[in-house]
Amino acid sequence: MSMPSPVPKLPVSLAANPKLSSWVRFSGEGGVAISPGKVEIGQGIVTALAQIAADELDVDIGRIELIRASTAASPNEGVTSGSLSVQQSGRALRHVCAEVRQRFLAAASERLGVDAALLDVDDGTISGPGNVRTSYWELAGDVSLDRDATAGAVAKPAATRDVAGHSVQRVDIPDKVFARPRFIHDCALPDLVHGRVLRPDISGARLIALDETAARVVPGLVAIVRDGGFAGVVADSEAAAEAALKALRKGATWSAGEPLPDEDDLAGFLKSQPIETTVIDARAAAATKRAARTLRRKYTRPYIAHASIAPSCAMARWDGDRLHVWTHSQGVYLLRADLAIVLELPAENIVVEHMEGAGCYGHNAADDVALDAVLLAKAAGGRPVRVQWSRHDEMSHAPFGAAMAIEIEADLDANSEIVGWRHAIWSNGHAARPGRAAQPALLAATEIANPYPRMISTNPPAANGGGGDRNSVPLYDLPAWTITSHRLLTMPVRTSALRTLGGQGNVFAIESILDEIAVLRGEDPIAFRLRHLRDERASDVIRAAARRAQWKPQKQSGIGHGVGFARYKNTGAYCAAIAEIEGTDDIRVRRLTLAVDVGEAINPDGVINQIEGGAIQATSWVLRERVRFDRTHITSTSWTDYPILTFSEVPAVDVEIIQRPEIEPVGAGEAAHGPVTAAIANAVYDCLGVRVRDLPITRDRIIAAMELAS
Amino acid sequence: MPTIQFQLNGAAMAVEADPDQTLLDVLRGRLGVTGPHFGCGAGECGACHVMVGDRAMASCDMPMWSVADKDVVTVEGLGTAEQSHPLQRAFVSEQAMQCGYCVSGILISAAALLKRNPSPTETEVRAALDRNLCRCGSHNRMVRAVLRAAAETATS
Repeated sequence: MSMPSPVPKLPVSLAANPKLSSWVRFSGEGGVAISPGKVEIGQGIVTALAQIAADELDVDIGRIELIRASTAASPNEGVTSGSLSVQQSGRALRHVCAEVRQRFLAAASERLGVDAALLDVDDGTISGPGNVRTSYWELAGDVSLDRDATAGAVAKPAATRDVAGHSVQRVDIPDKVFARPRFIHDCALPDLVHGRVLRPDISGARLIALDETAARVVPGLVAIVRDGGFAGVVADSEAAAEAALKALRKGATWSAGEPLPDEDDLAGFLKSQPIETTVIDARAAAATKRAARTLRRKYTRPYIAHASIAPSCAMARWDGDRLHVWTHSQGVYLLRADLAIVLELPAENIVVEHMEGAGCYGHNAADDVALDAVLLAKAAGGRPVRVQWSRHDEMSHAPFGAAMAIEIEADLDANSEIVGWRHAIWSNGHAARPGRAAQPALLAATEIANPYPRMISTNPPAANGGGGDRNSVPLYDLPAWTITSHRLLTMPVRTSALRTLGGQGNVFAIESILDEIAVLRGEDPIAFRLRHLRDERASDVIRAAARRAQWKPQKQSGIGHGVGFARYKNTGAYCAAIAEIEGTDDIRVRRLTLAVDVGEAINPDGVINQIEGGAIQATSWVLRERVRFDRTHITSTSWTDYPILTFSEVPAVDVEIIQRPEIEPVGAGEAAHGPVTAAIANAVYDCLGVRVRDLPITRDRIIAAMELAS
Repeated sequence: MPTIQFQLNGAAMAVEADPDQTLLDVLRGRLGVTGPHFGCGAGECGACHVMVGDRAMASCDMPMWSVADKDVVTVEGLGTAEQSHPLQRAFVSEQAMQCGYCVSGILISAAALLKRNPSPTETEVRAALDRNLCRCGSHNRMVRAVLRAAAETATS
């Protein structure tokens, strides 16, 4: 009996969107339009995708035009998140372009009467023996791409790629230095009017009465919109909209709101709420070794704000019962699904089109402001309405990264070797994204006359990297462990996805206690880690970082060194970080040395840029950042109250990439945060002899730790 | 409303405006000059920086009355793709950004610095950019780009 040969599978994004023409088209005189479903959020993804397409098609990268994602035509690739864009969109495009190239070679072979195997492609020109030639563009009429991808296409071997794997300049940067409009904030649609939404200062308060008299007389006012607890203004200029909003605020009466936790006892709050408990992973020891003692350590991380430099912005225009939305959302289809629920419209009536915003580090207010614009545009008589949030609203009403309490118990034998390990997490869920539930996740949906409840954040399944539990299963070979995640079922502080989800907190906790155990044993922390790793790629990044940082430099007074390591999501990029800090009355991170392995690095300089950025952002989280609140208000609503690291404060960052062209690429955007956090905390111990287990590591926290230790 | 006269990117401007309206509002809302970006509205992030004389200043809290007769330069006035400023070239060479939203303000702060101090040290560059925030973590690339532009100007 003959077995059917296994059918090779299409890449996941391509299986969901198999039509070739939805990804690539040859346009006009010598252009190639590439249409990914993933979006540019400041990470340089469009350049990496252009490189992949240029390579597989054998065209100059300058010919490639990246089409912004839109529900009108783009493949549906869900959300641009989780460091998956190169992995998902990149693989799909590589496959599509390889197949398109193959189909064009077949058509050229027929037209030129030359065996396809003898044909060559150079910048889109197809030529063969006897100086015969044609091109993609000449053949475009003969080759229909309105067909589904097949599983057979074979991409180029890694060694023959000329573009992917080499650093190229990002395609979007010239526009940005020459101030050519590219951001949604700078887009001027014809007849554009401006909207602003009235939001409470008191957390969870609802608008119960509104005196519109003062706002009605503001010059330039177009409309005042009220839908239950949602209220806003539309005006013919931003200045007029601001003035009208100010007047409207004076006429607002709010309900009492909902109490916030005690910001100085986050662990107490997180551990006293109703929870849903999941055992994430359990490993039973082959042989039970007796524990001589158990090390119990408690860690916390605060709520962290996205704090993009631009406040969120969107535009919307109604045409009868049809709607067009411009957004910097991470997922145009997902946003459309939520809009359809709120508006009770078929999704086909809505087009959601992406435009670039400022750097996006997860689920911020981009989706919320889109619904704001849609609701206000109802009163604009068919004119497009642009809404831009205030800095205050951005820092208080957008979702935050969730606070976490983490406890690890490590059972140690008489030699302080680990024989048992229990890791427990208390946290809100780390995802309440739109488009994934029967209820919308958008802020205004909780405010309108028939409101939806605030969506309580959940955690993505472990197969997708988990949420609060992300990176909680050690990559180290420990004999036994139990990992437990407790997800809160209440959510007084709104949380959703922020870079790494729970990964930063879990890596901080794991790498901190490991460091402590290494010190107990009198063993070098790097040697200790290497001894517990079975994955050579993991060991390689640690060794590379150690070599580059000349581990371990001679002990100097006032200077400390620390190491941190993780493989993001345990399935993505490997990253090791070594921090050099200066600790006197305050902590200054002087230098971060990192080694990273993302498999095939499509644009190595782009990977370095992402790792540098992640390292600096993580340093800012560790040293400075904490969402502040009293029992009724979020109080960190400006850059003064929510400081981030400045130019004079950022560390030098040195990155080494271990290039592995034969291994499928993974993303780099979230790889550095966990390792850098742990490296800094461990360097603080090396420098000052105290363990700070509550982030951020501030002067006050260090003093408290010293008092506790003395 | 009074007419307020000032120089914008080398051209004479006369704008009828409420003297209390901000320069950023007038630039973006009235004149279509969208290089300066709104970030906070409180002069805390630098995304809206413009050069007034040889100083980088926040335009989001700068009232129009204070702009009268001043010489204002936005990132559009630094240079174009055809005739670029050394800083613009250096930011491309160093790939000195991720999202780039803060970059127009940072280019202005750097240009003002180089106007006052054509060969700054790295510490001076960082100090000059301390009123500009970058959330993506591209600081070190930007500092390298400013030093590169300074070096290029010095040798040309």
